[in-house]
Amino acid sequence: MSRDAGRLSLILLFAPFVLWIGLLIVLPQIGIGYVSLREKVGINEYEFGLGNYADFAQAAVYRNTLFRTAWISILVTVLALILGFPVAYFIAKIARDQSRAALFLMCLIPLWVSDLVRAYGWIVLLRETGVISTTLVSWGIIDQPVEMLYNDITVVIGLVYTVILFMIVPLVSTLQGMDDALLEAGFNLGGSRFTVFRRIVVPYAMPGIVAGCIITFMLTAGSYLTPILLGGKNSSWFTEQIYNQFITRYNWEAGATFGVLLLLFTSFVVWLGLRLTGQSLATTVAKET
Amino acid sequence: MYDLSCAGVTKRFGSFTAVRDVSLDIPPGSFFSILGPSGCGKTTLMRMIAGFDTPSEGDIRIKGESVLGLAPNKRNVKMVFQHLALFPMMNVGENIAYGLRCRGEAKSGIGEKVARVLDRVGLPGVEDKRIDQLSGGQKQRIAIARCMVLEPDVLLLDEPLGALDLKLRERMKIELKQLQEQFETTFLYITHDQSEALVMSDQVAVMNAGRFEQIGSPKALYDDPVSGFVAGFVGDANALGGRVAELRGDEARVDLDGGGSVLGRIADDSRKGDTVEVFLRPEALSVGSGEGGESLPGRVDGLLFNGANSRVLVRLDTGPLVEVADQGQLAGVGEGDAISVSWSPERARIFSARAAA
Repeated sequence: MSRDAGRLSLILLFAPFVLWIGLLIVLPQIGIGYVSLREKVGINEYEFGLGNYADFAQAAVYRNTLFRTAWISILVTVLALILGFPVAYFIAKIARDQSRAALFLMCLIPLWVSDLVRAYGWIVLLRETGVISTTLVSWGIIDQPVEMLYNDITVVIGLVYTVILFMIVPLVSTLQGMDDALLEAGFNLGGSRFTVFRRIVVPYAMPGIVAGCIITFMLTAGSYLTPILLGGKNSSWFTEQIYNQFITRYNWEAGATFGVLLLLFTSFVVWLGLRLTGQSLATTVAKET
Repeated sequence: MYDLSCAGVTKRFGSFTAVRDVSLDIPPGSFFSILGPSGCGKTTLMRMIAGFDTPSEGDIRIKGESVLGLAPNKRNVKMVFQHLALFPMMNVGENIAYGLRCRGEAKSGIGEKVARVLDRVGLPGVEDKRIDQLSGGQKQRIAIARCMVLEPDVLLLDEPLGALDLKLRERMKIELKQLQEQFETTFLYITHDQSEALVMSDQVAVMNAGRFEQIGSPKALYDDPVSGFVAGFVGDANALGGRVAELRGDEARVDLDGGGSVLGRIADDSRKGDTVEVFLRPEALSVGSGEGGESLPGRVDGLLFNGANSRVLVRLDTGPLVEVADQGQLAGVGEGDAISVSWSPERARIFSARAAA
């Protein structure tokens, strides 16, 4: 009786999670996978095969877009880590207790505003007739208004700005768990600042670093609004290609293929990153504290 | 030459003085303890010696050289932290090798040194274990080995036994003392536990409210405390409040607060009319009226059996509750019995009353 009740409560507790994973993630992905394996041979005539994937492999422009997306995403992830680590360290270890909550909240404030509005905020600042350009002209620093939108640097800046929070949050939570005595022991035993950072702080923070990097990389590679709005038509972002196939060309088969490829490729990059840095999910993200 | 000396060290945090004019000299190879209640400034003093805090005034010398200008990682004092602070992401061998690698020693010699120090602390061959695979006592010894492999001038220990359970703590006390003798290194041990300090130390400094009350051997502190604080903090003592009524040499008659008066020995500069406390060790008291001694009537309140440390709790008729040592419950008294508690006047020590805590 009580075992049945236990089982029932387990099922009830798991039901929302299973429904969410099943209906919103697994099922659509299976659908996408199914569509990607469907070749169109005539009107309402389909065959199964890998033809869509072969088409992708032959078109250099799609392949290059995918690589470019991955490469910029890696760059954004690294920049977010370099910029986010000191911020996280300050919040977790240096700030006093009272100001810690306020600082953390300040990091969260940008999330109150939607991605779209934040991207338009950058446009207001950076466009040819925007705030920065006109200010520089009025101060006489430059003669002509400059267009600061629609280039890779702007896209990278915008993306780092969008995702850095997702780097800071896991870093803060791991660093907060670190006993200050570990740092003092590191110094006491003769370590320089650099040694203590490299051999104690970084290894300790590794679960947070790995979690933050995976989240920011995946978010960046899958982002759409920021690269399109700040990079314009030439942003050559892979999600834009997916959008084009689905919406503009109404070629669902190619779009689904691109979607599957993006998932596989980003997963591969994450796997490669873990291998190259000698980390595994079991010893970092899923580590028991 | 002293391994470690402090001269007039003072530390202020804003208007609060944590450590006040502390001076000490520790000869080489000795076990020196600083004993005091929590918040007395002992940890601040230790952090200044390690270099994590800077004294507001005074000088700290290691082997005769002032270290005030040296960063913590340049001082040859190593520290065993309260919670040990072993690095969880490194195994035992890497933990111990950390300091050697920081010093830039040749890789070839490191393995050998690590093995040798593990041997000396009695844990040979555990290099590849993870920290969380060790027991509490083993972690303790690894933390000491991690410091001792660097051959420090002084080893600082910040209440490292606090986190252990009672049985292990008793064993580690003896082990620590043996390790200290074996390494022949000066240990500076900080604790609030008087039994740890008394058992292990050559010299103990009793610290209270930022200053040293007394420095001496454990026996001297126990037998000859210089203040009421030391008498009350080191060892067990019954304290009876009163006022000096009569003074003859160093013998005084004290009128107790609850009535009655007793003879005792004045141990500080209290004068006639001062409020004082009469300190009586449990083992100086006996049940029954001893000849020629002082005695007070009371009633047995309870019997606390603890082998050789058994006590009789006696509620004196004047109010206070006193503990009387009673080895093996030989006195044969029962709860509620009307008895008298007696002692010889020279074993009653009188100090001016401590400030209310």
